[in-house]
Amino acid sequence: MDLITVVSIVIGTLLWLLVGTLALTAAIRSKALFREGAYEGGRDFVVLIPRVLIGVIGSGYIAAVMPQDLITTWIGPGSGVLGIVIAALCGAATPGGAVVGFAVGAAALKGGAGAPQVIAYTTAWSLYTIQRLFNWEIHMMAPRVVWLRAAVSIPLPILAGIAAMLIGKP
Amino acid sequence: MAERRRRVRTFEWSTAVIALTSIVAGTIVYLRDGSDKALAILTSDLWLFTGMLPKMAAGCLIAAFVTRLLPREVVARVVGGESGFVGILVAMVMGAVLPGGPLTIYPVAGAFLLLGADIGTAVAFITAWNLLGYNRALIWELPFFGPEFVAWRIVIALPLPIIAGLLARAAARLVARRWGGDDQWT
Repeated sequence: MDLITVVSIVIGTLLWLLVGTLALTAAIRSKALFREGAYEGGRDFVVLIPRVLIGVIGSGYIAAVMPQDLITTWIGPGSGVLGIVIAALCGAATPGGAVVGFAVGAAALKGGAGAPQVIAYTTAWSLYTIQRLFNWEIHMMAPRVVWLRAAVSIPLPILAGIAAMLIGKP
Repeated sequence: MAERRRRVRTFEWSTAVIALTSIVAGTIVYLRDGSDKALAILTSDLWLFTGMLPKMAAGCLIAAFVTRLLPREVVARVVGGESGFVGILVAMVMGAVLPGGPLTIYPVAGAFLLLGADIGTAVAFITAWNLLGYNRALIWELPFFGPEFVAWRIVIALPLPIIAGLLARAAARLVARRWGGDDQWT
């Protein structure tokens, strides 16, 4: 067994220990609290399975039909900081929910993009997808808080990408 | 603040678009490269997905229980009362721990500001929720990218909420000095 497998098993065990602890705490407070939590957690899981599955399988096929030369040139492992910036811009421009962001990121990785570039992409997508800023955040917080947050977040995906490049992982 | 976290909807446009794109892409692969290649892509991804299912389930259950055991009001009060660098660190931990969608997170961050926390704290919280939240990492990122990629991505992202919080604090001070106005960001 390699290190990653061991770590993965340890994390999996810890996660389920945490589930057990939380479930027990809820059950001690009240039976209804435990039932509600277990039901909602289970329901979310069942609803999410097909959604994630579609994205995961889809990313494989999308990667297979994407123009590999183009991806390698622009955001490939050799594209450096420029590729990181391009990937971050793509992340900001990606519309839609989690399934889109992760399916596109995974497809790019399978289709020849570099890991630092994909990290910059998912980080930018998480932090400042333009559509999310306008559809959600601007309605729920003071506009100047939203702009300030978006402005200070601009360098973060690039920092993340450069850090990944420097340490040579993943 | 009484309303619960956003329920996971059963239908979503994003999923429909990705499904359609995948079907088109899958058909192209099948016609161009044959059924063996199309099947190979399907099974290789299915394997990763199946391996991640237990962690996804754990993620969903942890989120459901944490939502009930750690009310948003408590988080708002704990973080809202902190300030300085400690405030940013506390906000980062809370952002990583609190589950839920944007409907939960933005009002909590807004509540910090009302309760007297500074803008850096709110920004660190939102950044941590986006980048370090176990919810998204376990349920979404893991089946797509596998454990090694996700682990490194998170390690790399660890300092980012602190950087964002400090930058926001400095920027807010700069804005106040340059254009006047108070330090209120609520």
